[in-house]
Amino acid sequence: MQNRREFVKEMVAGAAVLGTGAKFAWCETKGAEKSKVVIVRDPKLRTPGPSPDEKRVAALLDHAMQTYFNTQNPVQPWKQLVRPGQVVSLKLNAMGGRAIAPSVALVAAICERLQQAGIKAGDIIVWDRGSRDLEMAGFKLSSAPGAVRFFGSDTAGYETAAVNYGSVTTRLAKIFTQSDVVLNLPVLKSHNLAGVTMAMKNMYGVIDNPSALHGSACNPYIADLNMIPQIREKVRFVIADMKTAVFEGGPSYRPEYSWNEDGLMIGEDRVAIDTISAQMIERKRAEKGLQTLEQKGTPTHFLATAADAQHKLGTNDPARIALIEQSIG
Amino acid sequence: MINLKTRRIKTAALAALLTVTLLAAAGCKRNLFPASGVVAGWDKGDKTQTFDASTLWQYIDGGADQYVNAGLVSAATSDYKYQGNLEAVVDIYTMKTAAGAQKVFEADPPLDAKTPQLGDAARLYERSLVFRKGKYLVRITAYQAVPGEADALLALANAIASKM
Repeated sequence: MQNRREFVKEMVAGAAVLGTGAKFAWCETKGAEKSKVVIVRDPKLRTPGPSPDEKRVAALLDHAMQTYFNTQNPVQPWKQLVRPGQVVSLKLNAMGGRAIAPSVALVAAICERLQQAGIKAGDIIVWDRGSRDLEMAGFKLSSAPGAVRFFGSDTAGYETAAVNYGSVTTRLAKIFTQSDVVLNLPVLKSHNLAGVTMAMKNMYGVIDNPSALHGSACNPYIADLNMIPQIREKVRFVIADMKTAVFEGGPSYRPEYSWNEDGLMIGEDRVAIDTISAQMIERKRAEKGLQTLEQKGTPTHFLATAADAQHKLGTNDPARIALIEQSIG
Repeated sequence: MINLKTRRIKTAALAALLTVTLLAAAGCKRNLFPASGVVAGWDKGDKTQTFDASTLWQYIDGGADQYVNAGLVSAATSDYKYQGNLEAVVDIYTMKTAAGAQKVFEADPPLDAKTPQLGDAARLYERSLVFRKGKYLVRITAYQAVPGEADALLALANAIASKM
């Protein structure tokens, strides 16, 4: 575990790396500034097989990142997120299997850009709670030195010391604590308890007792969990794979309640991303004639909690979210 | 002599009781997953994972409560492949009662489902099929669409239902 000096040092160093691009990684939502959220879609992303087109996925990622960071250089955004010598891990939400998990192609494209930004392959870890979940999502487990590693917390284990904030007392995954930077790779799904699972709910996969945090529509648990200092500070960026999304029956993959979004959603403000996600799911539910999430008894109250004066994890106010939507292809 | 006879009777009764108990236990945990080749085109994956009410969250974190609250006894899941390319997952939930299976089944909005004659009730969609029979609830989820997929899902489901 870090001592206070190391903790502060990392915050300062991280802030320097992110520069002006980082408004929400660990800072409060301020004044009239808006949280930027970028969605880019490619209707030609799919192939006849189960996997998306690798080249189009890589191009989609570059377009989204370059739009977000306002640069023509595809490597520059990654240099703002990480620096050489850091251990960078990609926390996937892979529990739904390959149909509703970050694609192998997307993860490969991210790993390539990270290496071009100076991160050694051996310092990149792709992970989720369960190794089986990774396998079901199409990833081959590997812990070979010098190469990108793929494994679950069930093999790496959890810290013995507990951490806590508010309603949450838990133990963090060792992969998480041993990472300098964590990139959050969720997928867009409805959730039978929380209403929506996207960026903040994906942090349930970095702790040893997620099932203890499901009461009261996961509120205030989701917000409190994201307030744990290591989670608040290390998780610097969200890259959500929205090739497919689930509007009912989640978090499991339910083909009958899924739709093709064929895009990515990225940003730093986890609350803004979840707010946009909730809107998308509500729109799709209305289109299908289903009840709202509130009417169904799965309200997304955690969004307001995450944005309140005590948490200040980001904004849930649509007026304070700068949503940029583009299409390529 | 009488003592020996009594002991033999007691031993036989104990053996019979043990046999009945073992058969009952086997019945509770009988394998409902069709083996590879039993249903034309379908091959079963090597592993079958099982969960109970206290561990189901490890399989469907956030989705487990719905089943547990309806009286889940156990859940089992296995991968399948159809004709070597269509990947699918079969989940079999064993509830305490048929009412529990019905409760979970009816919690899902039917949307545009077809309703084939299968078990006590069934819904067939593109790439998925769910049915209940007695205390069992079965979900078959395919990961892509292929020609003839509906018939393939139905054939696999019928094979499972016939073992219940």
